[in-house]
Amino acid sequence: MLIVLSRIATSRTNRAAVAAAMMTTASLVLLPAAAGAETVLRIGMTAADIPRTLGQPDQGFEGNRFTGVTMYDSLTMWDLSSADKPSVVIPGLATEWKVDEADKTKWTFKLRPGVTFHDGAPFNADAVVWNVEKVLKQDAPQFDPSQVGVTASRMPTLASARKIDDMTVELTTKEPDSFLPINLTNLFMASPTKWQKLYEAATGADDKAKSQAAWAAFAKDASGTGPWKMSKFTPRERLELAKNEAYWDKARVPKSDKMILLPMPEANARTAALLSGQVDWVEAPAPDALPEIKQRGFKLYANEQPHVWPWQFSRVEGSPWNDIRVRKAANLCVDRDGLRDGLLAGLMVPATGTFEKGHPWRGNVTFEIKYDKAAAQKLMQEAGFGPNKKLEVKIQTSASGSGQMQPLPMNEYLQQALAECYFDVKLDVIEWNTLFTNWRRGAKDASANGANATNVTYAAMDPFFALVRFLQSSMAPPVSNNWGFINNPKFDELVKKARQTFDPAERDKALAELHAASVDDAAFLYVAHDVGPRAMSPKVKGVVQPKSWFIDFSPISVE
Amino acid sequence: MLSYAARRMVYAIPIIIGVALVCFMLVHITPGDPLVAVLPADASQELAQQLRVAYGFDKPLPVQFGLWLWRAVNGDLGNSIATGRPVLAEVLRAVSNTVTLAIAAAIIGFSLGLFFGLVAGYFRDTWIDKVATSIAIAGVSLPHYWLGMVLVIIFSVELNWLPAVGAGPSGSGAWSWDWPHLRFLVLPAITTSVIPMGIITRTVRALTGDILSQDFVEALRAKGLRETQVFRHVLKNAAPTALAIMGLQLGYMLGGSILIETVFSWPGSGLLLNSAIFQRDLPLLQGTILVLAMFFVILNLMVDIAQAAIDPRIKRG
Repeated sequence: MLIVLSRIATSRTNRAAVAAAMMTTASLVLLPAAAGAETVLRIGMTAADIPRTLGQPDQGFEGNRFTGVTMYDSLTMWDLSSADKPSVVIPGLATEWKVDEADKTKWTFKLRPGVTFHDGAPFNADAVVWNVEKVLKQDAPQFDPSQVGVTASRMPTLASARKIDDMTVELTTKEPDSFLPINLTNLFMASPTKWQKLYEAATGADDKAKSQAAWAAFAKDASGTGPWKMSKFTPRERLELAKNEAYWDKARVPKSDKMILLPMPEANARTAALLSGQVDWVEAPAPDALPEIKQRGFKLYANEQPHVWPWQFSRVEGSPWNDIRVRKAANLCVDRDGLRDGLLAGLMVPATGTFEKGHPWRGNVTFEIKYDKAAAQKLMQEAGFGPNKKLEVKIQTSASGSGQMQPLPMNEYLQQALAECYFDVKLDVIEWNTLFTNWRRGAKDASANGANATNVTYAAMDPFFALVRFLQSSMAPPVSNNWGFINNPKFDELVKKARQTFDPAERDKALAELHAASVDDAAFLYVAHDVGPRAMSPKVKGVVQPKSWFIDFSPISVE
Repeated sequence: MLSYAARRMVYAIPIIIGVALVCFMLVHITPGDPLVAVLPADASQELAQQLRVAYGFDKPLPVQFGLWLWRAVNGDLGNSIATGRPVLAEVLRAVSNTVTLAIAAAIIGFSLGLFFGLVAGYFRDTWIDKVATSIAIAGVSLPHYWLGMVLVIIFSVELNWLPAVGAGPSGSGAWSWDWPHLRFLVLPAITTSVIPMGIITRTVRALTGDILSQDFVEALRAKGLRETQVFRHVLKNAAPTALAIMGLQLGYMLGGSILIETVFSWPGSGLLLNSAIFQRDLPLLQGTILVLAMFFVILNLMVDIAQAAIDPRIKRG
């Protein structure tokens, strides 16, 4: 055949025809290859390092977003399919669950059949028990203290797990707690089989050292049940995830073949990487580059996140915020629309509580938080203040920090706004970690520097994080984050009611009642919700940005 | 000579212990909680105490220091709190990236600095001198990170010639000196090189002026040597000083530049320090500072011994 072709080719008259034939043949051969070319989604994260990959990610919810819900599943999961409705909890690796009517500390979870880990091992009740014990049972071989912090505090009442049969597991809480199914979205299921193999191959001075070595090896070659599988990992540089063709939810098998995660902590570097075509997607682009990003044809996605940027008031004896008129006046004196449209270039949602209208936990709020300077001034005058007698308040904040948005300019905006309502705001700016540490120590601690409000943002994904830890009197420091020592019997009663209401619809009603009570009491100065801005190339299709910290990467394709 | 070298090495031991002590204490006396990286703010006291024990933060500081130093001597700098990975491996990987960047920047800085310095010195007080001197002044005056951003805007965003961030193409493994990798190095290396370039230019300019005014240059010209041959002699006399300065600058560059590495997301020791500080990852912070400090101590030791070898008068001093 080759000899015949070469002879034909040597004939001058036939050279053009041969060339045309060869090009046609080549194009026919290459066409299927081009059509089947690997599609890759490259993402610039805000993190300085790849979040931990061993099951329980670090770096807050950015960690869960990229190395949690991608490679792993949990018993219950967030519904990330809608950009319009608040995300709600749906079945994940558990198909159904119920609390024991006789003993409300015991829950039965029915597991999803036919699910396998990336290493081929089956997912079953043993795997659930093993994963609960990795963070709760100190004498279990797989117990890993480094995973405890980011897990145990997100499900504070979970006590133990017990296998009933292969596909049924019983979880026990320390006290009746209807929030458990929501909390369980944070417990990611890693493969015990894979870990055990690594443990047996590990070397170490003792079992503890072997266990640590096994977890270190697991982090480099992870195995969950999620829609994405780890394919290549270079710490601090990149994590490559390949689509899991065998994912149990066929509707969520990824549309892209591969996803590459790149840590880029600097906003300008991320923006430049996007504009130069080095990545397809960046989290939190530099705000001042937004007009250019849009003008060059890149797409910007943003949506209200379950996140609050507040001033959390001190309610200790002598605090100026103990007068509800003062708390309400501050809430009425801030032009949040002006803050959004000016300083933040549209990248915030004005906060009128922890949850906004349409959220199941919003409730019938009677104190309407809005900009009404006249009403605010009137309240302040009733409380005994005026142009010649200003109320001095001291606020502790940081210059930066996770979720803090732009703390200094935003606080200066508030300082200026509140000055018109007879407040004299002093800012005490401290380092982020110091502020964060004081958040647990409370307003009475010396590290509060006498501040009577603190400005730490908070996630509002679940009832404990969003409400209980701030409003319940028993959550005062050093237990949890009731920084200002709020002690309101009505709140305590409503927290108890919500925790002990096990019908989901009734529980939501109870939570709505608690939230409405907190807004009516002007428990915080509610300012903004972050919108999780992300910019991406027009090649990226199928993006649905839900009202959540997370996003489902499965339906996303790159053209 | 050997006894001098041995004595200098013995003197280095208390310095290293002192450096280790400072590294250890610096991160402990700063406010905040070392467990912030792994402990959410709403963690209970019981959980915090459990982790404090697990990480050894419950022990008295002198005990923590002793244990840390003993492990460090044995090549174990502990594990990162945030990632669980061994600190030594993390630091060495980052340092290797910084060394790559420093070498490239040193080559650029030395070559350009020597060139501009010689040109400026040779054509002193002419417009050529003014241009070269202005470049040198700009090199030492312009903020690094600003220049880095400008280069990124021009060469990455506008012209799309070079990548804006990272240290290698997607999917690549270790560093290699081929174009797909080198193109990632160009912008950060140029940005890093401007300070040594400026310093070398100014020094070589002054040196060239001095050399040109010396009698031996007149003698060379009187002997009828062409100006290019005279220039070669000037170069020979100026280059060692430029090299010595470059050596010092290389030491600084090996320390990593937090700003440049952050701007370019270059995974070196500067970015690692930045990350360790923001995550308040104490073992990683201590380990990185210790390794970088050791670099300086060893570099100084080598310079001292080398100087003594060249100039015997130093041994007596």
